[in-house]
Amino acid sequence: MEEDERVRLEHLALNVRERVLDLATNGGCFLGASLSCVDLLVFLYARWLRFPMPGDPERDLAFLSKGHDVPALYATLAELGHLDPALLDRHLEPDSGVYWHPNRDVPGVEFHSGSLGHLPSVGIGVACDLKLRGSRRRVVVVLGDGELDEGSVWEAFLVAAAWKLDNVWFLVDRNGFQANERTERLTPLEPLREKLEAFGMYVSEADGHDFASLDRAFGAEPRPGQPRAVVARTIRGKGIPSIESLADRWFCNFRSDEIERLREELRGGAAARLESEALFVR
Amino acid sequence: MTGIYEEALYGLAAGDERVVVMTAENRAPIRGLAERLGERFRDVGIAEQTLVGAAAGLALQGRIPIAHALSSFLTMRAFEFIRTDVGVAHLPVKLVGSAAGILSEANGPTHQALEDVGLMRLIPGMEVFCPADVEDLALGLPAIVASPAPAYIRLNLRPPAMTHELPFEIGRAELVERGSDILILCAGALFREALEAGRRLADAGLSVGLVNVRMVEPLDEGPILDAMRGAALTVVVEDHFLRGGLATAIAELLAAKGETAAVVPISFSDRWFDPALLPRALEAAGLDGPQLAGRIQKAWRERRRTT
Repeated sequence: MEEDERVRLEHLALNVRERVLDLATNGGCFLGASLSCVDLLVFLYARWLRFPMPGDPERDLAFLSKGHDVPALYATLAELGHLDPALLDRHLEPDSGVYWHPNRDVPGVEFHSGSLGHLPSVGIGVACDLKLRGSRRRVVVVLGDGELDEGSVWEAFLVAAAWKLDNVWFLVDRNGFQANERTERLTPLEPLREKLEAFGMYVSEADGHDFASLDRAFGAEPRPGQPRAVVARTIRGKGIPSIESLADRWFCNFRSDEIERLREELRGGAAARLESEALFVR
Repeated sequence: MTGIYEEALYGLAAGDERVVVMTAENRAPIRGLAERLGERFRDVGIAEQTLVGAAAGLALQGRIPIAHALSSFLTMRAFEFIRTDVGVAHLPVKLVGSAAGILSEANGPTHQALEDVGLMRLIPGMEVFCPADVEDLALGLPAIVASPAPAYIRLNLRPPAMTHELPFEIGRAELVERGSDILILCAGALFREALEAGRRLADAGLSVGLVNVRMVEPLDEGPILDAMRGAALTVVVEDHFLRGGLATAIAELLAAKGETAAVVPISFSDRWFDPALLPRALEAAGLDGPQLAGRIQKAWRERRRTT
């Protein structure tokens, strides 16, 4: 990846994180899980997907199966000019349509989610239709690693391989956390690569905060007919050390002065002093 | 009788590229379609959640998926996928549940699906079609598939109990017989027994009406209420639990319209039925024609005594 491209993407990602942070007040949002996948979504929407605009008939389709990270999607779409940022100022207002999980009435959201383990199967239905049409459009399903506890995910993996859907990428945001506990302490997923391979996937691994690494992982070419999985190692809360990998920073609702301090921390300032009690929502 | 359904389905699929026939390894009613439809036949294996999710994805792309699975596993195991992916998005996915209710025969309670109609009725916008027999099913299929709404079809491949000649429209019942003493409302597989019971009661001198309700959602409210007003007693016959099925829908209709009527439900109320081949299962459950006539006559006598 060219240096100026990397700089462009990193600049975008920083602005996206700031927009995500703005949603962590007045009711809050799932901040940690959103920050872990910001770089993944910036990579997808600003580089890899063919996505001229929401609703474009030839666009590639990305589905957020871990729906609680929707602030990262909205912020990415807003930063790229696909979504009116004013909508995000009305986050959680009843008639705004912008709430804690994806709403497909919002331009750019391909399908609603929030119940984990649904969009792998919806994604293969879409991919199946594209195959029937002979279309070259591609499907990416973004999954959380905690979400891999759901049996329906593995059902869909089996069927994706059986149907030879080489137009599907399952992108796992491997931030190491369930809602409240580390995946490896609760229901261990490792060896994840081997599990996915055994289910018929062509698996690439990436540093989920390194755009060149993601570029290589998505560029890998399996044999025809094989669905792909990209396991992106990430850090929950990435970009704000006060939030990073803290189990109680799953759902965050900060005061506006705390948001200002966190914004300074995001831009390289000192660690923010936080007094709000963290909320556990699941 | 499988052939009638399969041919009807094939006819629809052959005439419309949007139709994709799917199954969760439940091929008995559609065995011949895999070869005839090629890529537009999709079997997910024994994975009902994936069946429904993939059907939603296909529908999102403009397809009309017709997805088959055993009713218990389709409507209960995959309920949340139906509710969330099909229902919330109001996608035109057509769900076909087989071996529901009494048609599960000797399978036992795991397969009886005496809850399926109630569960599907809970989903806003879901159309629920309980055909009286295979001919009724074939008659209704084009309208159900053409509707932009999601639908649940309680598959019934029993041979035709009568000739259904009325045109099929979404939300319209088939008024088979008018009667001033007793009105029988029936949705689904017990239609043959309801018809026989009605004839026996008519032979005994009663004026008996019969409605093939066809669709529990949307219910044909006006004509059903009219027929109920014209009869002294309404009897609901269904192979479903009392809670959630046709009897509940009728009670809800009366409450919504502020009307009262004498209604006796013949539904499963407190237990699953004794599994057996169909004739024996009907007999053991008191649902064969003669026993059904006897139960309705008893209700009629009790009604007469108290009024």
